[in-house]
Amino acid sequence: MFYDILVYGFIQSAALILMAFGFSLVYGVSRLPNFAHGAIYVFTGFIAWALFNTVGLPYWLSVLLSILASGGIGVLIYYVILRRVRGMEVSEVIATYAIGLVFLEGLRYAGFRGGTYTLPVASDGVSFIFDVPVDHQRVLLMILGFAMVALIWLLTKYTRMGRALKGMAQDERAAMMLGIDSDATAAVAVALGSMLAGVAALIIFPLGSLVVEEGYKVLIYAIAVCVVGGLGSWAGTVIAAFVLGYSQYMTVAYGKPHFQMVVMLLAIIATLIVRPSGFFGKQKQLEERV
Amino acid sequence: MTTETTQKRRERIDRGIKVRSESLYALNSFEEIAYLLTPRVLLIAAFVLMPLILSPWPYWGRVGLSVCILALLSISFDFLANYVGLVSLGGAFFYGVGGYMAAVLNTELGLPPVLSIPVATLLGAGFCTLALLPCLPLRGIYFAIVTLMYPLLMTRIIEAFDILGGTEGFRGIDGFSGFFTEQYGLILAMFIALFGLRRFVNMDGGLVIRAVKDNDQSVRASGISVTRTKAKAVFLASLTGCFAGAYYIHMYSNVGISSFALDLSIMPIAATIIGGAGTLVGPVLGAAILVPLSEFLRDFGSLRIVVYALVLTGFVVFRSEGLMNYMTRKYQQVERWVKI
Repeated sequence: MFYDILVYGFIQSAALILMAFGFSLVYGVSRLPNFAHGAIYVFTGFIAWALFNTVGLPYWLSVLLSILASGGIGVLIYYVILRRVRGMEVSEVIATYAIGLVFLEGLRYAGFRGGTYTLPVASDGVSFIFDVPVDHQRVLLMILGFAMVALIWLLTKYTRMGRALKGMAQDERAAMMLGIDSDATAAVAVALGSMLAGVAALIIFPLGSLVVEEGYKVLIYAIAVCVVGGLGSWAGTVIAAFVLGYSQYMTVAYGKPHFQMVVMLLAIIATLIVRPSGFFGKQKQLEERV
Repeated sequence: MTTETTQKRRERIDRGIKVRSESLYALNSFEEIAYLLTPRVLLIAAFVLMPLILSPWPYWGRVGLSVCILALLSISFDFLANYVGLVSLGGAFFYGVGGYMAAVLNTELGLPPVLSIPVATLLGAGFCTLALLPCLPLRGIYFAIVTLMYPLLMTRIIEAFDILGGTEGFRGIDGFSGFFTEQYGLILAMFIALFGLRRFVNMDGGLVIRAVKDNDQSVRASGISVTRTKAKAVFLASLTGCFAGAYYIHMYSNVGISSFALDLSIMPIAATIIGGAGTLVGPVLGAAILVPLSEFLRDFGSLRIVVYALVLTGFVVFRSEGLMNYMTRKYQQVERWVKI
């Protein structure tokens, strides 16, 4: 039982990292709360499903194309919507949330509901970690979860574009003075965030089935992880994902699955009340509360 | 610049009649009294006549009432967002709490609607204010996120602990005695909320509340507790929201966890933004547009929400002032192009 919790809690945490990292990246870089995150997550899954089953492309190609498509959606959302309301936080939240609703409810209207839509798993095999059976899709999830974090970290550390992203996060005005295009960088951030959501979707969806409700759930999970870890703090995101992932798995193991969501929601509310900048956030207290 | 194109800018000037009717001397002429009264009388007359016109069609009567319910929720959102600076994405929280309170009072304690609605409104508002009290120091996006979570949390708690009727909710709640009682009770309440809040924001208490939005540090420096002021404002807003919930469940005789549904948080925001934020009347106008629209789209299921969300995004991004602000400007000012 102990190893069960250890391994599956770890998997749950890696899944949370995957779900939340895109959201955290976008907020951390451009201070844009992308509430369409969950919608992009679900939408990418459906694009991949449609390309694979309806168009009949090979699976690897449909995965690639759907990830590119999610990036494209991110850029479109930035240039059509976010750019015009940038700086007005509440409008950003409402506009992105509404666009997310358009995607999700549009999919529901188009008839994508129920458990009939599934993506294939990469491999059917099962491995044993500490004598706990883990199927290969979950192994892939763990590996990719951390590969993504490492990749993005390297990107921001060693590439020009990544440094521009980081500069924008630290001080937008100074970055602009040094010739960094604010709009282009923010668009890149939103696109990267959306692609991360897409990657997460394509890894996590094969474990269950494609449902629209997943979009709302992912958004709440992403917000929970980011709020607890501190909006915009990357290390915080990872640590918070572990704390929440394990506590979520424990509630499922010892309590009712209904409580899984209660844990997340309570975590958000409690964190915001006690320490709004999150446990690892770098923002000053005065900025977000009186 | 050597280019031949003449540049122009739009100039806005107040209409003569608007300036003349600003002071007490407006009473000197019928024209000016009419100018001042027309918009107000139009609004009141429309709602007073609505039940009379709709009485042959009870279904559309209910739609008319839904306009008022949404209007109440939107007024509550507008007041909180644009006068206090607290953007609440959880209007459904107020609504659901009011609804459940009234349901419990009516089915468990047997209070008639005439008692259960006001008591539920007061108790519900107290409960909402207490629940939101710890989050009041938050602002901006943080408050928005935390309020978004409250109604979701309520649903999950009711489901997980199987309390308050669980997923079933309450049934068999008393209805109203007649068509016109039901109609005019709600319309009266809407007018009280609308005109009451409009008056309140211009009184001393309202001035402090608006100051909290503009510059909370200065309010604090004046020796006034910011949190207490915000709590008062939240109480007023939740009174409005809880009343809407309590009234609605008596209309339809049942309540369930759908009272905390997301639509109820989104629709007031949409109505406020379409109608015109910061006007308090705008939300009523927005509700009067959105609810009938949603009735026409009822057959299309979730396409309804898609349409709302698209309209909402369009207004937020391209026409953020909303209809009411636009119409006020046209009513009060003339525009012309001047060369520069």
